[in-house]
Amino acid sequence: MKILTLCGAGIGTSGILKVNAERVLQRLGVDARVVAIDASMLESELDDAQVILTGPEFVDAIGQTFADVIVVENYFDTAELQRKLEVALG
Amino acid sequence: MDHTALPALPDDAVVLRARARDWRDAVEISGRALAASGATDAGYAVDMVRMIEEHGPYVVVAPGLALAHARPGPAVHRDGLAIVTLADPVPFGHPYNDPVRVVLALAGASSARHLQLVAEIANIFNDSDAVASLADAATADEVRGILGVGA
Repeated sequence: MKILTLCGAGIGTSGILKVNAERVLQRLGVDARVVAIDASMLESELDDAQVILTGPEFVDAIGQTFADVIVVENYFDTAELQRKLEVALG
Repeated sequence: MDHTALPALPDDAVVLRARARDWRDAVEISGRALAASGATDAGYAVDMVRMIEEHGPYVVVAPGLALAHARPGPAVHRDGLAIVTLADPVPFGHPYNDPVRVVLALAGASSARHLQLVAEIANIFNDSDAVASLADAATADEVRGILGVGA
């Protein structure tokens, strides 16, 4: 499974989401590759992504997708991340 | 906890109880601290402000905490970290995490380094008390103790 974390530069807040998502996925026993990207990489990375983790500002940039878009409020709250990932991964 | 992968935080890179007029002022103060520490030149502050102008207040990653940063480039001399605490919290326009009490400015010498640094920072702030502890810190030593970095 591929999960994208999306932010403005692809190296800051998406990096935080990446490490914390990896931590949560390991806890859930889910095997996934997490890729931190910026909006310019969306088009090339979106195809095979199942979940996109991002902040509220970037939802509009994503547009139409089959991936589950998860809007994260507190990037450091792994409990929030786990709750939302569990719902998305059903 | 010791976070040796993070750059040092000299006194020049710490500004406590700063008075900022608005979010832009707060980010610029953190940019001046980064430049004063020698990690970046003055232009990096402009880049950090521009990131927020372009993409919105998404750098407010947790209640009270803004992670100001820009892309690596010629303005970055080496990895750098600066901490600014605000005497009066400042709104950045974030839907959940306003107002900001602490600005952490980050510069990475490369994209790969920048990602490594934010991973280290995530380890610090996964402790939900860290923002409040930083906001209340009275000395640069106290700030270094919370972050687990040297001078």
